[in-house]
Amino acid sequence: MLVIGGMSPFHVSVTFDVNGHAQTLTLDTRTTLLDALREYLHFNGAKKGCDQGQCGACTVLVNGRRMVSCLSLAVMHDGDRITTIEGLGTPEHMHPMQEAFVRHDGFQCGYCTPGQICSAVAVLEEIKAGIPSHVTADLGKAPQATAEELRERMSGNLCRCAAYSNIVDAISTLVEMPVRERS
Amino acid sequence: MRPFTYQRVHTPAEAAAALLQQRDTKAIAGGTNLLDLMKLEIETPTHLVDVNGIGLDKMEATSDGGMRIGALVRNTDLAADPRVRREYPLLSRALLAGASGQLRNRATTAGNLLQRTRCPYFYDTDQPCNKRLPGSGCGALDGFSRSHAIVGHSKYCIATHPSDMAVAMRALDAVVETVHASGGTRSIPIADFHRLPGNTPHVETNLRTGEIITAVTLPRPVGGVQIYHKVRDRASYAFALVSVGAIIQRDGSGRVAVGGIAHKPWRVESAEALLPNGASAFTSKLLAGVHTTTQNAFKVPLVQRTIATVLHQAGELQR
Repeated sequence: MLVIGGMSPFHVSVTFDVNGHAQTLTLDTRTTLLDALREYLHFNGAKKGCDQGQCGACTVLVNGRRMVSCLSLAVMHDGDRITTIEGLGTPEHMHPMQEAFVRHDGFQCGYCTPGQICSAVAVLEEIKAGIPSHVTADLGKAPQATAEELRERMSGNLCRCAAYSNIVDAISTLVEMPVRERS
Repeated sequence: MRPFTYQRVHTPAEAAAALLQQRDTKAIAGGTNLLDLMKLEIETPTHLVDVNGIGLDKMEATSDGGMRIGALVRNTDLAADPRVRREYPLLSRALLAGASGQLRNRATTAGNLLQRTRCPYFYDTDQPCNKRLPGSGCGALDGFSRSHAIVGHSKYCIATHPSDMAVAMRALDAVVETVHASGGTRSIPIADFHRLPGNTPHVETNLRTGEIITAVTLPRPVGGVQIYHKVRDRASYAFALVSVGAIIQRDGSGRVAVGGIAHKPWRVESAEALLPNGASAFTSKLLAGVHTTTQNAFKVPLVQRTIATVLHQAGELQR
């Protein structure tokens, strides 16, 4: 257990699971989930781009749902299950989404990439769960993972190198084909 | 960020009571428009009450055929709900036009209503802003005002309310349900929930200290063709320059609420009798008293054209 300073009214204990391991921290209440992950637990994959919820570089999965970790306080995540890019895969055992980004050059400088990949993994789950988007034509039908859908759903992840086209290509390779189209 | 103490609560009553225990206390749910402002020290609570554990995260039918949406239902879950998609599609469409997937996963129904009515001068602590610092003046009046209000504003503030969801709820005649620490409850029509700026632009809603939103209720579905049309500078993840939420019936009657042009969702019920006469007649009455700057004067024709587009689409869908 990592204790930063003594217990004061401005410090609160929180226990959450990060990438399969329980972590208990006593934190200054001001600590964002992003800073807890990076500065206290040294999961440096999630990046502090804007720190204002605008760029998506800090995207992680909380109980399987993507969120920007800069706009959430760590102490609000007691009992939550958090997955960062380090929990999705390793250089030796990459997640299929990581492999797809490598294969399709889905990045240039790489700074936004952990957030892009966490977001992309969740996007495919959201489509599978039938969650519609702004570009879904018919709210009464299940959305399909078209390029237009992927672009809309990934709009919360900025890439200043503008690798967007290759990012869509990478994600598209992991879209499960409808049963009738499988060989 | 200024230091603050933090408390988890477990019931709505406990939450409302906690808000009165000390000055400068704020409730936090999603936090997506509180923490960014706290980082800039525009919001400076000394105590935060985490309301995520108080329940209120369900959607249920009401006895009169409507729907009650718990205050903590996340924007994604509300937009994706099968009944909302089927019977209140305007609400789904508006929610999906707002923010990003990451933010909608976190942001709540009540928090969406309580996000700050704002403009870039509110966020820039080097600039005057009557909303951030009452009495300091309005930097936008003679400044960069392209995205600002054209109706209902005052010389003290020309900011716009950024919510898409609230525009749909205004057209749907939603009601905001609250409970006060004293135990009293209120049902506030959404038309009366948000305030125009007047000379107190820092007071944005009629919620009282010690009062929390418990739910938003929708009356029974009204059918019709429901369209949310948002015009913005980017195709996604941008605030509206103008947005139109419309419910149009087969006989041409309907309801229209507009976003991006005022301190609150803008709807003029008395103008709606003119909807069958077309966008021009309706918009003239909708925007009675319009007052623009040179930079945002384009919004007047944009409102009319967006309404014309929506009425045309509705007609096509009803053929």
